[in-house]
Amino acid sequence: MPKETEKLAEGLSPLERKIIPFLNLSPREIREKTKLDSTSLLRALKFLENKGALKIVVEKNRFVELGSNGAYYKKNRLPERRLLDVLGEKRTLGFDEAKSSSKLSDNEFKVSLGILKNRGLIEIKNGRIEMKSERSELTKQMFEEKFLEKLPLKEDELNDEEKSVFEKLKKRKDIVEVREKKIFTFILTELGKKVAGREFRNDFLEEVTPEIIKKWKKGKVFRKYDIYSDVPKISGGRKHFVSEAVEEGKRIWIELGFKEMSGKKVQTSFWNFDVLFTAQDHPVRELHDTFFIKDFKGKISDKKLLSKVKQAHESGVEGSKGWNYKWKEEEAKKVVLRTHTTCLSAKKLFELKKEELPAKFFAIGRNFRNETVDWSHGFEFNQTEGIVVDENANLRNLIGYLKNFAEKLGFKKIRIQPAYFPYTEPSLEGAVWNEEKKEWVEVLAAGIFRPEVTAPLLGEPIPVLAWGPGFDRLMMMANKINDMRKIYENDLKYLRNRRAG
Amino acid sequence: MTNVKFPRKEFEKHIKLTKEVEEKISLFGTPLEKIDNEEIEIEVFPNRPDLISLHGFMRGFKTFLGNGSGLKKYDIKNPEKDFSVKVFPSVNKVRPFTVCAIVKGFNFDDEKIKEIIELQEKLHFTIGRNRKKVAIGIYPLGKIKLPIKYRALAKDKIKFVPLDAEKEMSGSEILRKHPKGKDYAHLLKDEERYPIFSDAGSSILSMPPIINSKETGKIDEKTKDVFVECSGSDFNTLSKTLNIVVTTLAEMGGQIYQVNLDYMGKKITTPDLTPDKMKISVDNANKVLGLKLKEKNLRGLLHRMGYDYKEGVVHVPPWRTDVLHEVDIIEDIAIAYGYDKLIPEIPNVSTIGEESTESKTMRKLAELFVGLGMLEIQTYHLVRKEDFDIVKAGEKIEVEDSRTDYRFLRTNLINNVLNVLSQNKDKDYPQKVFEVGTVFSRDNSGESETGIKETNNLIAAISPGNFTEIKQIVNYLFASFEIEFKLKEDVNSCLIDGRTAAIFLGDKKIGYFGEVHPRTLKAAGIKMPVAVLEMNSDIFIN
Repeated sequence: MPKETEKLAEGLSPLERKIIPFLNLSPREIREKTKLDSTSLLRALKFLENKGALKIVVEKNRFVELGSNGAYYKKNRLPERRLLDVLGEKRTLGFDEAKSSSKLSDNEFKVSLGILKNRGLIEIKNGRIEMKSERSELTKQMFEEKFLEKLPLKEDELNDEEKSVFEKLKKRKDIVEVREKKIFTFILTELGKKVAGREFRNDFLEEVTPEIIKKWKKGKVFRKYDIYSDVPKISGGRKHFVSEAVEEGKRIWIELGFKEMSGKKVQTSFWNFDVLFTAQDHPVRELHDTFFIKDFKGKISDKKLLSKVKQAHESGVEGSKGWNYKWKEEEAKKVVLRTHTTCLSAKKLFELKKEELPAKFFAIGRNFRNETVDWSHGFEFNQTEGIVVDENANLRNLIGYLKNFAEKLGFKKIRIQPAYFPYTEPSLEGAVWNEEKKEWVEVLAAGIFRPEVTAPLLGEPIPVLAWGPGFDRLMMMANKINDMRKIYENDLKYLRNRRAG
Repeated sequence: MTNVKFPRKEFEKHIKLTKEVEEKISLFGTPLEKIDNEEIEIEVFPNRPDLISLHGFMRGFKTFLGNGSGLKKYDIKNPEKDFSVKVFPSVNKVRPFTVCAIVKGFNFDDEKIKEIIELQEKLHFTIGRNRKKVAIGIYPLGKIKLPIKYRALAKDKIKFVPLDAEKEMSGSEILRKHPKGKDYAHLLKDEERYPIFSDAGSSILSMPPIINSKETGKIDEKTKDVFVECSGSDFNTLSKTLNIVVTTLAEMGGQIYQVNLDYMGKKITTPDLTPDKMKISVDNANKVLGLKLKEKNLRGLLHRMGYDYKEGVVHVPPWRTDVLHEVDIIEDIAIAYGYDKLIPEIPNVSTIGEESTESKTMRKLAELFVGLGMLEIQTYHLVRKEDFDIVKAGEKIEVEDSRTDYRFLRTNLINNVLNVLSQNKDKDYPQKVFEVGTVFSRDNSGESETGIKETNNLIAAISPGNFTEIKQIVNYLFASFEIEFKLKEDVNSCLIDGRTAAIFLGDKKIGYFGEVHPRTLKAAGIKMPVAVLEMNSDIFIN
């Protein structure tokens, strides 16, 4: 056997093997011989096409076929024939009598009468139908009858006689109709011609079964699969890309020696703003910036802390002048959806004992702001931040940690510039170099907590370094998402097919 | 955050822009946002309103770049005759304070007028808290007769032609009809008397914080001398604002004069440009910054940031609003030193990192579901009103004035999941999704700080899916955590009766599962059968 024929033979599926002996025939004949349905035959032909044995040709044809009435008349004779038969016996009949004995409907009767009259087979005289033609005439097959017998026929292959009959029948209800059909034929290639009509060995093994394993013998051969042929698509379970990013973030913090803080999303203004020395008339505390919860009032359980915070705002602590206004407890009791995870840092500092120092913590999670939604804004966003509580920490350490953190995120170059945040001083912003876009991207906010924050919480102004990256921004960069709305869109197609890693 | 734009031509009248200067702008604490042939745009942080105008910015930036000339002093002249403002007790309730000044001898041009108007607007917006805390008025002195009165009058007795109007209007008409009046009407809401400034000829100069009069309330190129007032609720902030305005005007070539204020017998003279004094220790600065500066270095750096320094005491420019504590000055020392010159150093502090038990459990849970071939989804914590219509659950908790339709805290996850399935009805099936997330409820125990309880819930939905399949998941889940549970027949309006189970831990119901009723699916626009599980997932935490 030539090499390519041999290769083909080894890979034949049972279906293909079934049709190869008949490949010299037409598809219709193959179906008759093999008893395959048309879908299976087509599949087998497609396999062989993939292997280069043949080429499938799809032909679209318009066929004239029997309509629903046509099929009925073919079986029960055309109405005009039935009328003619009745008349052939009696020669002359009254309308009612002719109609009832031919068992035609009003409409059929009328149509048949017209047809027979036009052909000169009958005459209407004195309200009666009279037969004009000879009896022998009547036994001849009509053109219509012949035509119906021959259907289906290709529309463009009708001869003149057929065409005129077709035109006539088309005018009558549902006797004939035209349907478009795809017809598959195929042309054998050189390879195909070599194998057509041949029988091939069929002792190849198909699927591996426990039986085969058990009785395995040397010399048995597996059928070779067409490794190029398409298989049905599958998709697996995946985490959401926000969760993946959160986990990646956690991993980085943990590797750097930070402990995770978790906490509530609903907080009092006291923890979200006041302990962080955000003045009560600061714009961020207005309705159009922060989500306040309707009809809820929180409580501030630690009275000592409350009075310290009040003092920090009104007249200052630790040498600070404070904001110099009347601080209102009621304002601090308003309940909000947290606007940052810094409230968790504040709570942690308050719990912390001096023996536990130095200590490092991080938080990661969802925050809220009263925003409209567009490509770069959303009312929910993710944030992460870390704090280092260390009596000896300083600004150069903060920059050191930041550099280290940026490297962990995969950025080699970092640029540090002054910045401003209400609760840190000094404050700074870190931009990282995006090698792909050749530009600096501001992603890191950082600072040392103000003494007005640390003194009430820790009892003394111990340095607390704090920083956090623009989490959603980094995540969007990594996932090549340029529309923030996409984050919570939950398009299953995207979630299934997005790039891994 | 405020972005300000300076015309490049005006900027370069002071300093030529080079690459080095551009870098220095950002290192000065005013990030350079954009620069082209026409304009230069920088960001001014809210702590430095004194940098908002070109002349204010240049005062700080030139000192920073130069040899450090220290605190800039302005020649300020005592009040002349009738340079006085009488403050009436009637303003106490509505807008209690004003501070005033007179500045003479300008040569205004278009650019300067534009700069002053912009400064005024930006100060209103930032330090002025949108005119609530501070409103600034600047009037051509030539058109008004000194002395001035500041008082409150019945809103309908006030009558004058405001700026951008053609005819006389009353106080209440201005709030109803004038565009500026409408914008700021909320600041005088519920007041019977509105504050006004009027001159010795009884003409009304303005009705702060809304609008000036057309006649006397607008400066132009012919204006040589101006009267400046700031009115508002906080005397200290007003004084600082006035200092920013008058020193900027002085930078433009004006001569500052003081004005005598008479607060019901209490005499005050403004503006007051005496520097604030704050102690600083070299040790503290070095400790915060991680440097080894000597007093001499410190003095030099302070001078470059526009401060004076004498024996442990810093003289703070009277237009600085942000110096509350030594650390604020220390940050400026760092800026003068150069953030780019601070050498990073990681201290040798060893700590052990750790994931919280809560988030560890939630992660493990998610991993189980991913192992079952399910897709994790993440939905909003805030939901719309119509989302509650699918499956009603719990009392609504609403946020105030949401800017979108999302204004309720979610009380369950099933509504969100049905929404997701509905939005994905044209995507491939089977669809198997899960989410672990916070749900909110009222806490009536009085134990929580906020009155709102938060729990982690878990939802899993399979479509097409049936009771058997979802029960298999429940069994697998509890077996994986080695937790025993009990089932009871349950009734749930969104699930099919007789195909709904409640999950019990002891005698506490912690969740449910079953087949979603076709009625619910149809209402949600879902065409495929759905089986669902929702339960409290905090029970898996240790």
